[in-house]
Amino acid sequence: MSDHIVSAFSEELEQLSADLLRMGGIAESMISDACRALITSDLQLAHETVDRDGLVDDMEADIEQRIVRLLALRQPMASDLRAVVAALKVSSDLERIGDLSKNIAKRVDEVSGCDVGGALKGIERMGRAVSAQLNDVLDSYSEANAAMALHVWNSDEDIDQHYNSLFREVITYMMEDPRMIGAGAHLMFIAKNLERVGDHCTNIAEIVHYQVTGDYLASNERPKAPLLGNG
Amino acid sequence: MTGMMGTDAEAMSKAGSVAGNETKVDCRNIDVYYGDNQAIFDISMDIPARAVTSFIGPSGCGKTTFLRCINRMNDTIDTARVEGEIFMDGEDVNSPKIDPVLLRSRVGMVFQKPNPFPKSIFDNIAYGPRIHGLTASRSELDELVEESLTRAGLWAEVKDRLDQPGTSLSGGQQQRLCIARAIAVHPEVILMDEPCSALDPIATAKIEELIDELRQRFCIVIVTHSMQQAARVSQKTAFFHLGELVEFDDTENIFTNPQDKRTLDYITGRFG
Repeated sequence: MSDHIVSAFSEELEQLSADLLRMGGIAESMISDACRALITSDLQLAHETVDRDGLVDDMEADIEQRIVRLLALRQPMASDLRAVVAALKVSSDLERIGDLSKNIAKRVDEVSGCDVGGALKGIERMGRAVSAQLNDVLDSYSEANAAMALHVWNSDEDIDQHYNSLFREVITYMMEDPRMIGAGAHLMFIAKNLERVGDHCTNIAEIVHYQVTGDYLASNERPKAPLLGNG
Repeated sequence: MTGMMGTDAEAMSKAGSVAGNETKVDCRNIDVYYGDNQAIFDISMDIPARAVTSFIGPSGCGKTTFLRCINRMNDTIDTARVEGEIFMDGEDVNSPKIDPVLLRSRVGMVFQKPNPFPKSIFDNIAYGPRIHGLTASRSELDELVEESLTRAGLWAEVKDRLDQPGTSLSGGQQQRLCIARAIAVHPEVILMDEPCSALDPIATAKIEELIDELRQRFCIVIVTHSMQQAARVSQKTAFFHLGELVEFDDTENIFTNPQDKRTLDYITGRFG
């Protein structure tokens, strides 16, 4: 889109979107590193991942302050208004993704050393699927591509299926061997965290779709699998 | 989650929207020429009753010219020629049967610069009702003056000095005096041509509050260069560009999701 008459306004908007993508990149690295640390029992990588969450929190606070300032001083309208509101919401979803990844990384210590059999394979597959969702939705944001966002939005069902099969698998392990219950419970939380990251990706997809088209996607029309263990 | 919010938002926009409000002024295929120059190109628009409609657009885009068609103010310009039809409550305002002076009492106007008559505050308001014979007695006239000043939010500030000249008031008060003068003759439509451009923010806020009150009873059309003002006070917004009506929609839609790229470029500050 062509530039604003006030060029500083264009620069601020561009900087905002660039910083948001940088924040998204860090969140992406956190989710994949947390999963890798878990699968390879790499405690060092797990610690590094936990530490990285502070960076994401700081970036969110910074982005939020800049958006408040931008709303007050520039009074953005129409597509600019949607871009600014979208950045505010996306940054809060990314911050949550950082928290959930940190939570996974914190559990590495508890799970490592336990023979949890094939469950880690399931976590690995689910982690890859979730990372791909995050990667795609961030691409849709950077390219302002509503169709790509819609595709991510429609693909969350796969993540839910991953979650349900992991849930069954871990329950089976725990029933077969009560010594697995501790590690199994951690794996359940890890799977749930990954499922939540998937939900944040669909949130971001909705926001990108709104930013680009001005239309809201109706959450209740999204394909969903019923989740196991939800009360 | 968003599904619920979507439903609520829809319900709210229906409640707040002017859909269902009848049309007060129906403009059909308006062209305006100044000599050989065409200033307005084939504009059609339904202006709703009991709502505020704002006209926005860059300088020289024709919004004031179009506004002045509604009460035939362009008649006073020799070179101006208006084609097309404007109906107020179904009545053709350009029909030979319509007296433009009477029309202008039904369609009041407030200008950019406050222009009180060089008379007392009281006489500024009483002038219109007197020449139109709206009141039968002095007490009725007193009542009408008080009512008009009260509705314009000025009564408390001027009630003890009604005999002082209107020009002794501050700019914001003068503008509210002009609005009181406009509503004293019980118009049906009030046209405002940048009524706040010469006022400070506090006086502007008072006028905007007044506009919001007045829309309960009048059809109001306001030309403004402040898009924030259009967003704040109006329910419908029309964007003009180079003599054309580019987009006319609910104000909320214009400012969150305009359909035409020219509207988008203008309201986001991208016009070259």
